[in-house]
Amino acid sequence: MAEENKENLITVNIDGQDLQVPPGTNMVEAVKMLGKEVPHYCYHPKLSVAGNCRMCLVEMGMPGRDRATGEAMLNEDGTPKIMWMPGPAIACGTKAAPGMHIKTNSPKAVESRESVTEFLLINHPLDCPICDQAGECKLQEFSASHGRGYSRFVEEKNVKPKRTRLGPRVTLDDERCILCSRCIRFSQEVAKDDVLGFTDRGSYSTLTCFPGKELANNYSLNTVDICPVGALTSTDFRFKMRVWFLKETKSIDFESSVGCNTVVSSREGKIYRITPRQNDEVNDTWMPDSGRELYKQVEAVDRLSFSSVNGSETSAVEAIKSAAELLKGEGVAIVGSGRNTVEEQFVLKAIADRVNAKGVYLVARYGDDDEILVSKDRNPNVRGALATGLISDLPAEQLSVLASQIDSGEVKTLLATKEDLVAAGLTVEQLKKVKLVVIDTHASDTTANADVVIAGLTQFEKSGTLINQQFRIQKFHKAVPGPVGSIDDLAALSAIQASLSGETMPTVVGTVWERIAAEGSIFEGLSFKGIPDTGALLDGSAFAGLAFAEGKSLHFEPKLEAAAAE
Amino acid sequence: MAIVVKRKPLNLLEKLYIPEIARGLAVTFRRMLFGETVTLEYPEQRPPIPAGYRGVPTLVRDPEGREKCVSCQLCEFVCPPKAIRITPGEIPEDSEYAHVEKGPKEFDIDMLRCIYCGMCQEVCPEEAIWLQNQYSMSGYSRAEMVNDKTKLYELGGTLPDEHFKWNKKKEAAEHGGGHH
Ligand code: SF4
Ligand code: FES
Repeated sequence: MAEENKENLITVNIDGQDLQVPPGTNMVEAVKMLGKEVPHYCYHPKLSVAGNCRMCLVEMGMPGRDRATGEAMLNEDGTPKIMWMPGPAIACGTKAAPGMHIKTNSPKAVESRESVTEFLLINHPLDCPICDQAGECKLQEFSASHGRGYSRFVEEKNVKPKRTRLGPRVTLDDERCILCSRCIRFSQEVAKDDVLGFTDRGSYSTLTCFPGKELANNYSLNTVDICPVGALTSTDFRFKMRVWFLKETKSIDFESSVGCNTVVSSREGKIYRITPRQNDEVNDTWMPDSGRELYKQVEAVDRLSFSSVNGSETSAVEAIKSAAELLKGEGVAIVGSGRNTVEEQFVLKAIADRVNAKGVYLVARYGDDDEILVSKDRNPNVRGALATGLISDLPAEQLSVLASQIDSGEVKTLLATKEDLVAAGLTVEQLKKVKLVVIDTHASDTTANADVVIAGLTQFEKSGTLINQQFRIQKFHKAVPGPVGSIDDLAALSAIQASLSGETMPTVVGTVWERIAAEGSIFEGLSFKGIPDTGALLDGSAFAGLAFAEGKSLHFEPKLEAAAAE
Repeated sequence: MAIVVKRKPLNLLEKLYIPEIARGLAVTFRRMLFGETVTLEYPEQRPPIPAGYRGVPTLVRDPEGREKCVSCQLCEFVCPPKAIRITPGEIPEDSEYAHVEKGPKEFDIDMLRCIYCGMCQEVCPEEAIWLQNQYSMSGYSRAEMVNDKTKLYELGGTLPDEHFKWNKKKEAAEHGGGHH
């Protein structure tokens, strides 16, 4: 593909350096290819071009042509003569044309940027000490690198409302807004919920919601991410922590099979916020609001902080020992989960083979497709269970088969991970009939009736991989340590398998992968370290016959996938 | 390179040493009898503290009694031994100072860590933290050596303010700021 594109590449000249770019590339992107930056506010690579902030001004010229003859005009040394435009042009709205020359650092370009910066700062409140954006604010950065460093404005600054509630999760500080319209374009183009607009003119211009509307869609917090200044703030994160203290960990959104790439920001073991991480194949630069709240489960009141056997607290090691004893018994069934990582599912599969499981189940969890970044399948890793061979068919929402197996006495022992069996259709009586081993993070009816409870970790406290709806395997990393008394689910499962089989079993993700990849399965050749941060596509054709529930999402077409598999 | 200090050879009077002892005792008795003391009876007597002295860091209020700190956490960031710990908070909307929006919910300075470098005072954009003339901190436990918000304001008191910048901001808002 790269070959045929070479033909129509356009040559442009940036600051005296020739560069070949695909047609349609704008000058901001072209300059970025050279490793330089044209400062910009309103331009966003995933949104339409508005060209209203004027920060990206550069000098531009085209090779001249003689009006009379149409001949190319040449300098004395035979090079094409460049006719420079009298005024600067915006780089974001200028598409590459053959022979186009631009200067990003000429005195005229520098002066344009300084002037734009001075104008933007005229009415800006400069309240960086109390602004949450400080530290990741484009206006702050560009004022330092492209500003004059002083202001000639002596008049009174504009005053606008400082805490307007735009919606349940977004608060607007109107004084800081530089009227770039990114948030408006995002709402129209990506969230498809056209609620934001500007009212009034000149220095009165104000960002508002249309009358009777509010910014309440499930993507509203993306406007906070793309706002180049601190005008749009997250009501949840507002005034909680300055961003320069936050440690960023690459993670994945667990809420559905889309698998949005995320960044978890934490300080000293406490998570403060979750923001999207760019992956052009999955979520571009967006993520749903619902996925940003998942960190609250880490400190939820019903969080399990210790393991127990028959209701009394024990160490994890003791609990694992008792669990293995129980699983050596007769009639063992396993309830895995679409929330388990690929590694956990792999070890679960080994346990299932070892105990000759009477059945291995997953619990399906369905919601509505929003056609953007939340899919119908609300389990992040059902495909992982298929790929590891833990299950061979799509799971059902209710465990009715398991229920009848318990009633008939076929199943006498149950190992369940990360699922509330009562919510999945089993009754408390049925749970009481079997020996029950549960690995979970939060208290539920199931843990209350279990013989052995092993306190596991949430997604933020461990590392692992998930397979999303495109059969893309993506990894996430540990952001914070788990509570004292908990144990990594993978380590617990591996220890159980080791004591069942009498063989050693690797307990950390990296070494478990040596086994996963050695199987000759679709994981062949992969390693945990070797999976890129944006994931690796697996060959899912073996599962093309299954009727996956998801509809279309931002970068996923169910039919296309089926067609490609044929 | 070592510097060798040459000693003067002793003269006869010094060699006899008794006259020298008498001379020394004369100084002692002069101080004792004529009150020329150079020491202080600490802690009853305290030395005068020169201006610009870097004592215990404290938080101050402006002459109106408003707490000046807006919990920007720059001091926490700049503090070399990581002695400062701030929990930021929001000023409620019904407060007189609602327009300041942000203030510290908790503010702890661990005086066992503090090295009195004054970086916090230098970095503070609100002139809210000052190393003043308090120089002696003692306590019976580690916990006692951590100054919390109440203690810090107690130590800091009120300092004059030249700007009253937040008042100006509030006035601007009341007059329609920029739009007359
Ligand atoms: S609120 Fe932010 S994103 Fe929206 S127009 Fe203003 S500066 Fe741009
Ligand atoms: S980025 Fe080009 S005008 Fe705003």
